[in-house]
Amino acid sequence: MEKPDNKKPLLERMGESQVWKSIIRSGVPRTRRQRMHAILGSVFLHLHPARLPKHAVKVGYTWCMGGLSFFLFVNLTITGILLMFYYRPTVEYAFTDIIDLAEQVPLGIMRELHRWTAHAMVLIVWLHMVRVFMTGSYKPPREFNWGVGVILMTLTLLLSFTGYLLPWDQLAIWAVTVGSNMARATPFLGHEGPGAALLAIGDINLIHVGSDVRFALLGGRFVGEATLLRFYVLHCIGIPFIAMIFMAVHFWRIRKDGGISGPL
Amino acid sequence: MSLAALKSVIDAISAPTISFTILTVAFPFFFPPTDWFEKIHRKLGFWRLWTKKGGIIGLLLITAFFVLGYFDKNFNITLTKPDNFPIVLLIYSMFFYIWLGMYKAYQNDERLDAGLKPNEYNDPDDKVLVWPDLVYIEFIALILFQVFLIVWSILVAAPIEEPANPAATPNPSKAPWYFLGLQEMLVYFDPWLAGVVFPTMIILGLMAIPYMDINKKGDGYYTFKERRVGIFIFMYGWIVLWLFLIVIGTFFRGPNWNFFGPFEYWDTHKVVALNNVNLSELFWVKLLAKGLPSNILIRESLGFIAVFVYLFVLPVILIKTKLKGTYETYGPTRFVSLMIFGLGMLALPIKMYLRWAINLKYIVAIPEWFFNI
Repeated sequence: MEKPDNKKPLLERMGESQVWKSIIRSGVPRTRRQRMHAILGSVFLHLHPARLPKHAVKVGYTWCMGGLSFFLFVNLTITGILLMFYYRPTVEYAFTDIIDLAEQVPLGIMRELHRWTAHAMVLIVWLHMVRVFMTGSYKPPREFNWGVGVILMTLTLLLSFTGYLLPWDQLAIWAVTVGSNMARATPFLGHEGPGAALLAIGDINLIHVGSDVRFALLGGRFVGEATLLRFYVLHCIGIPFIAMIFMAVHFWRIRKDGGISGPL
Repeated sequence: MSLAALKSVIDAISAPTISFTILTVAFPFFFPPTDWFEKIHRKLGFWRLWTKKGGIIGLLLITAFFVLGYFDKNFNITLTKPDNFPIVLLIYSMFFYIWLGMYKAYQNDERLDAGLKPNEYNDPDDKVLVWPDLVYIEFIALILFQVFLIVWSILVAAPIEEPANPAATPNPSKAPWYFLGLQEMLVYFDPWLAGVVFPTMIILGLMAIPYMDINKKGDGYYTFKERRVGIFIFMYGWIVLWLFLIVIGTFFRGPNWNFFGPFEYWDTHKVVALNNVNLSELFWVKLLAKGLPSNILIRESLGFIAVFVYLFVLPVILIKTKLKGTYETYGPTRFVSLMIFGLGMLALPIKMYLRWAINLKYIVAIPEWFFNI
């Protein structure tokens, strides 16, 4: 075995050690070949191509918004998991658990971080859409991926909306009441929607206050215990699960549709 | 002019009737969709908004508005609500980034006029390595944003109000801020339209953009002149019909969803005359001086005809006249989609002006079937 050269800086020696080389096979990315390998060999970084046209790495072109959207999603997942340690989605405990988060938990800014990141994510996703529109990046062959992006934006709003209920304070239940009251008026499927009366067998209405789409959303006739559980499950598992599938498609299609847009 | 007078002027012009009209009328002069607007855009200097000076003045005006608001005892209450802070960020960031997009578009347009390639262009063989050129930028962006979020989280506590009480309805009850555009639409449309049909159409309409826009130019670089109609329509929907309504819903809607200027006190007992009438009442009662017919379909026939004409006759007339060329280039499927989403989008300002001009409540009013338009 080669004797380590003690005159080399520590970081350099680490880069040549067996442990480092077992993790990153190409060693410290120094040559062109090693640098390309650093991207191709990493499951996370290989979302990117190894080489890009110059404009694609400029903040002025991309505004970094797509990457930041994904980063904020990861951020929200991590802070969300930490919040789940303390939070119980029941009418009895939800509110007091939220209070405890600030008062009893050391360095208790995790809820702040989660909430403000969520608001920021809505903004960043919107700005990402504006950027993609302004550069005409939805044009063929990227039409489908724009559609996937619209769905992801909708899911972002739904994630934020379901999370809004969880603190179980006045702000939460009334915002969700206002929002979900709209579902009452869904054509055909809401009990106060046009056409709902047509869905009847004889004089038995199929759509009534206890069977319409709002009831399905709330798990009851008004925002209550069942709603809290439903929104909690949708917020923590349901919508993130769907969002991750669409994100995988979104990222995959960026590459498959010819990489980042640019002038010909 | 004294500060109080300035505030009352701002209060007066922020009323949706005035501010919405100003925005709508001014809009084509800032995003000129035709040669005629373009000419005035250049002549009267509206294009200066998309220069560095214009951007700085815009940001300063927004800042002045918020500073004035911060030191006003009424506006301070709405402005400093922790959940309204995202709206402040929204106003700044949307203005800045839309400005940035237009600024870059105008730079490119000049290059294109001079026969040059857009700024984004570079030799296809001249690529950079993602490691380190992109990975480092991402890493720095991520750290800066994380620092920003942590500082925000330390400075501003997340809002928490009284424990939930289903018996005590707050006045006003507001949806989360990103849905306030929809809640604002509820003023003009019933929930089945404002809360269900329009959101669905917004989502479908956004998804349909790449299929309806057959303009091949402007793919992969900022440009305005090569896509001016597309950008005009999108930005009108985005800025005026979505963002602006959110701002109204957040800052200008108080108890009972009444309008309050930013510097006005939110008086729960503000009296607003409710004298809205339906089209059927206008026609049968006011015009013909008769009672309303008992048959629902006869009663609402005029409304049905109006809606039918708007949705089905108008497009046919347009195909025959003004939009003949458009129909031929776009083909039937694209043209019908354009009409559906275009007329759907225009329905909002049309209903707004009908409400403001003749206090029209519903064009078709059949509360018996929950079918009001």
